[in-house]
Amino acid sequence: MKEKILQDHGVKILQGNEACALGALAADCLFFAGYPITPASEISEYLSKAMYLHGGSFMQMEDELASICAIIGARWGGARSMTATSGPGFSLMQEGIGYAVVSETPIVIIDVQRGGPSTGQPTAASQHDILQSRFGSHGDYELIALCPSTVQEAFDFTVRAFNLADQYRVPVIVLTDEIVGHMREKVVVPEKVELFEEHCVDCHRRYYQPDVDQIPPRIQFYQGHHVLVDGQLHDERGIRAGHIPTVSAAAVNHYCNKIRSNCSDICSTSNYFLDGAEVVVVAYGSVSRSALSAVRQARDQGINAGLLKINTVWPSPEEDIVAACLPARKVIVPEMNVGQYAREIERLVGRDKVLRLPSLGGELHHPSVIFRKISEV
Amino acid sequence: MRITIDEKWCKGCGLCIAACKRQVLAFGDNYNTSGYRLPEAVNAIHCTGCRMCEYMCPDLCVSLDK
Amino acid sequence: MNNLAQKYLRQEALPLIFCPGCGDGIVLNCFIRAIDALGIRDDLGLVSGIGCSSWIPVYIDVDVVHCLHGRAVPLAEGLKMARPDKHVVVFSGDGDCFGIGGNHIIHAARRNIDITVIMINNYIYGMTGGQRAPTTPFEAITKTSPLGNDERPFDILSMMTGAGATYYARWTTAHPVQLEKAFECAITHKGLSFVEVMSPCPTQAGRTIFGIRSAVELMAWYKNNTYIMRKGAAPDPSEKRIPLGLLYQREDEIEYTKAVAQKRSVRI
Repeated sequence: MKEKILQDHGVKILQGNEACALGALAADCLFFAGYPITPASEISEYLSKAMYLHGGSFMQMEDELASICAIIGARWGGARSMTATSGPGFSLMQEGIGYAVVSETPIVIIDVQRGGPSTGQPTAASQHDILQSRFGSHGDYELIALCPSTVQEAFDFTVRAFNLADQYRVPVIVLTDEIVGHMREKVVVPEKVELFEEHCVDCHRRYYQPDVDQIPPRIQFYQGHHVLVDGQLHDERGIRAGHIPTVSAAAVNHYCNKIRSNCSDICSTSNYFLDGAEVVVVAYGSVSRSALSAVRQARDQGINAGLLKINTVWPSPEEDIVAACLPARKVIVPEMNVGQYAREIERLVGRDKVLRLPSLGGELHHPSVIFRKISEV
Repeated sequence: MRITIDEKWCKGCGLCIAACKRQVLAFGDNYNTSGYRLPEAVNAIHCTGCRMCEYMCPDLCVSLDK
Repeated sequence: MNNLAQKYLRQEALPLIFCPGCGDGIVLNCFIRAIDALGIRDDLGLVSGIGCSSWIPVYIDVDVVHCLHGRAVPLAEGLKMARPDKHVVVFSGDGDCFGIGGNHIIHAARRNIDITVIMINNYIYGMTGGQRAPTTPFEAITKTSPLGNDERPFDILSMMTGAGATYYARWTTAHPVQLEKAFECAITHKGLSFVEVMSPCPTQAGRTIFGIRSAVELMAWYKNNTYIMRKGAAPDPSEKRIPLGLLYQREDEIEYTKAVAQKRSVRI
C-alpha cells in the first residue's frame, strides 16, 4: 500500500453521492463513464467537472451498456475507472460485469439502489439489488460488494472499493441507496489515504498466471506485453480454452476461489452491543441506522439486543455472522426488500432462528418498528 | 522470384491462383495433412513479383523471395 | 507463414479459424502490412466484438481486447480516453457493428473520437451459422429469412456520415493493395475513421445469398460488381455497381479527445 496526501481534506458537509465521487478522486480514479439515472446522476454531474480538474476524463455514454464497457477499456489503458447507476442500469451492466470477472479487470460500480423491479420507484430507496449484485450475470463467479450506511462510509468504502478491485482484479460494487445517496452529513476527509500499489512483474506471455496469493499481477496495454484480453474462458496466456474441460473448469474455480479464499481479508462487519446478545439484529446500509437506534433503545430497557452491521455484503462474512448469531436466541433481519440477505443468514444459522422484517414501498424502517420486533421476541 | 506455399497452413482455397495475372500458380497433385490440395508455381519464370498472391492469401502462407 | 506473419502473428493462437477462402484472412494480411508500414506496434490497441471478423485481431501479437458482442466501440472509446496518444483500432462485423452495436457506433461517430473502425461486411451473421444481418440485401435467402429477407439493408455510408464520421472508405478484399493503404490513411486520420471492407463468406453468405459456393467465384463477383470511384466524382445514378474508394473525408471537425483536452487545461 502506498500513501497519498489529499490536498482537499478536513471536515465537510457532503451529499452521499458527492462523497462517492470524492472517494473515487481520492483513490486516483482517472476515468468515469456513466449515464444519467435517478438517484445516481449527482455522481456523474459532480465528476463531469471534477474529473477535468484532476487530470482525468469524464464521458457521458449513450447507455449503461456503453458505460460498463468504456470503463473496462479505460482500465486496460491504465486509468482507474468507475461508473455509477441504479437498479435498471445495473441490470444492463450485468454482461459487462461478467466480462470484467473473466478478463480480471478491476473496476468500481456504484449502485444507488432505488425501488424495483423494473422502472419501479425512481425516487424511493430500497435494497433491491443485493442478490442482483451477487448473481446478476450468467455463470459462476464471485465478486465484492460493499454497503455504506453513512455519507462517511460512502467516501471510505469507495476508496476501499478501488483498493479491493486492484488487489483482487475483480469488479467491486458499492451498494448505496437513495437515502444514503441523497442525504447530507458531516464527513471527515482524511489528510492521507492508503492506496493499493499493484505489483508489476515481468510476466511475458503468461499474464493471467496467478501468483502465490492466487491473483494475477498487474498488466496494462502499451508496455510491450502484447496482452490478449478475452471474455472466453482462457488459459494463463489469454488463449481461449473453452474446448478443454479441465482448463475451463480451472478458470471458473479460479474466479470463485480467489475471492472465497481471501474472505478474512475482504470481509468486514461492525459490531454493536453484541456481548451476551440474546437477540441479534443483522442489517446493512440505511437500515442499519434504524437498527442501531432500536438496539440502543432495547439495551436501555434492559433487553440483551445487539447489532451486526454488514459492511461487505458479498462475499458474505460467514464467520462473523455465525459467531454473532449462533449464541443468540433469535436473529432479526430488517431489509428494504422481501428478504434477499435474510436467505443468506438463514443458510448460515438455520431458518428457525431467523425472523425476516421486510419493509417495501420505499419506506425505511422506523427504529420503533425494529424495536417492537426485538421486544416481541 | 521464388514462391513458397506453406504446406501446413494452406487451405486450398485457390485465391492465389486466381489472383495471378500470369498463371504462375496452379493446383498440383499434392495434398497437405489436412486434406487440402496445394497450389504450386508451375510458371515461376513468368512471375513479375507483383505479390498479389502473397497479399490475397487468407492464411498468410504465400511468400515471395528473390 | 510469410515473413510479416512470422513477425506479427500470435503464434500460440494459431491455427486461423477462418474458412478456406474467407475474406477475414485477407483483412488480417492487409492490416499487418499496414501496421508494419506505420511502425506503430507498441502504440496500438486493438478491440473486437464477437463474430468471425472479430477474431482477426486475436491473431495479431499486439495489445488486444476481444470483448462482448456489439460493445467493441465503447470499450475502444474508454481505451482511447485513458491514453489518447495511442492508436485504437476496432474490428467489427456488420452484425456486431450495426446490429447489436448500432447505438454505439453512431455515437462514436457523433463524438468524432479518434479511433479507426474497420467493419468487415459479409452481409450475414456468419459465426452463428448464417442468419440475416442489418446489411443483408432485400429478398436474400438466409437461415432466418428462408422465404427471402423482408427487411431493407442499412445504407452504412449515409448513416456514418450523417452521424458525424469524418473518414469513410470502402474497399473489398479483392483490392488488397488499396485496402492496406486505406488502413494506413484511416489510422493516421484524426477523427472517427470508418473503413467498410466488403468481404466474401463462401460458407454462409456465398451459399445462401449469392448462390456461389466457390471462394474464387465469389471473390470475382466482388471484383466485378464494384467500381473505383474517382475522387470528387459525382455518383452516377445509372451505375448499378457498388462504389469503392475514399468516399468521404473531413479534416476540419473538432475531434473528441482534443475537445476534452481543451477543457482540462481550463482552470475554473
